[in-house]
Amino acid sequence: MSEALLTVAGLDAFYGPTQVLHGCGFTVPESGITALLGPNGAGKTTALRAICGMVRTRGDIRFQGKPIGGLKTESIARQGIAHVPDGRGTFLELTVEENLRLGAYIRRDSRTVSTDFERMYGYFPRLKERRRQQAGTLSGGEQQMLAIGRALMLRPKLLLLDEPSFGLAPLVVREIFEIMRAINRDENVSILLVEQNAALALDLADTTHLLETGRVVMSGRSETVRNDEAIRRAYLGL
Amino acid sequence: MDALLHQVFSGLATGGIYASVALALVMIYNATNHINFAQGEMAMFATYVAWSLIEGGLPYWAAFSVTVGLAFLGGVVLERVVIRPVENAPGLSAVIVSIGILVIFNSLAGWWFSYTTRSFPSPFPDSRPFGSSLLSYHELGSMGVTLAMLVAIYSFFRFTSLGLAMRAAAQNPVSSRLVGIRVGWMLALGWGLAAAIGAVAGMMVAPIVFLDPNMMGGILVYAFAAALLGGINNPWGAVVGGFIIGVLENLAGAYVVGTELKLTVALVAIIGTLVVKPDGLLGKTVVSRV
Repeated sequence: MSEALLTVAGLDAFYGPTQVLHGCGFTVPESGITALLGPNGAGKTTALRAICGMVRTRGDIRFQGKPIGGLKTESIARQGIAHVPDGRGTFLELTVEENLRLGAYIRRDSRTVSTDFERMYGYFPRLKERRRQQAGTLSGGEQQMLAIGRALMLRPKLLLLDEPSFGLAPLVVREIFEIMRAINRDENVSILLVEQNAALALDLADTTHLLETGRVVMSGRSETVRNDEAIRRAYLGL
Repeated sequence: MDALLHQVFSGLATGGIYASVALALVMIYNATNHINFAQGEMAMFATYVAWSLIEGGLPYWAAFSVTVGLAFLGGVVLERVVIRPVENAPGLSAVIVSIGILVIFNSLAGWWFSYTTRSFPSPFPDSRPFGSSLLSYHELGSMGVTLAMLVAIYSFFRFTSLGLAMRAAAQNPVSSRLVGIRVGWMLALGWGLAAAIGAVAGMMVAPIVFLDPNMMGGILVYAFAAALLGGINNPWGAVVGGFIIGVLENLAGAYVVGTELKLTVALVAIIGTLVVKPDGLLGKTVVSRV
């Protein structure tokens, strides 16, 4: 395994007084796809939020070797971590194009930004058709595509995806996962994926970490996890 | 006929002032979901600053620009220092804080500049253009200034990436942070802009209503009426509402209720809007697929 892009160690996270992560530790290798799996309430979404400074945390989070724990969310985004949040975080009243422009807000290289627009429309042709439309009128699948496009406009080194399959038709989910594979290959961006759909995630990811009640109970290559009968039955319901 | 037209035109002129103050209210409302009750007193205080600068010998337009700049800075500082600490407090706290700011500015102005009513200069000639009786140069000029300002504000929000970021931060602060927007600063900028807009409105209206610490009281009520009538979350609504209220007020004052009861028009408009169409004429309904 190459050097880790993101290292999380001894991470506690809290919502108010309630502790959700208990000494969580895992790594995300450079240039791969990593999945965080586990049952409902295991703390997967919280782990992503903790990385982005959206919840109160204690412990060590390092991105490219530099500690980012305790930084503000906007400063973490500026280091090159893009987060497609739970619920997609679409700017509903803005147009599709404005949503994408916001993704590139921190970039000052306007020439490459405009070529990135075209690349995003290449991945997601339907967004191009609807570029002038209010984003709130898009379907769920289109909003998910828009959320991924918006995150990529940041030119991130690490892309955090929170349940991209949520509430979408199987056909649309397959399409989005295909695009994610292409993005990982072509955009030189590492992906940390949280998914309920374990079968899909294990298929896509190289590395998998298994969470249960705020702790990492197992880490390994995805095919190892996939082939372990006991794990599948106990945690993944496969 | 001529008298009626005269009333309509001068209604449009004051309507422009109401429109600007209403726009400032809507901007802060959209960003924070709070009404800034101190909007009028901030404008009044800025107008006193302009008056001091002019008294100090600065030419009018220089004093005008310096005042707009100072008002902008003042708005930013006010947000950072006073509003910031109650950002996450219940809504009522923010209301009380803004009323506190209102009282403080009102008293400060009375203390420093005295409660005596003063005249405030107009940058426009003291006569009527084209020998007409419809509009004075000041009315025409202040309409021009107001419109120029509205166009500038619109272009800023529509065409610059900072303007887009401010709209985004108002709509969805969480997602805005995730794309790297410093949401706290966007709010402060919004306050700065609103204060600057208010300062322009104050300087344009002061030659008509004269300068004293309570000059903006009535205007703020008209501006509330305008913002509500137009739709409290829609900047265009605020502008349209401002002109409508300005004309209505003038016509009602001249032909219906008399000048003493003019302010009632605003109050009736507020209550009427809330009873009949609480979203206002152009109040936005967000389209969203579920």
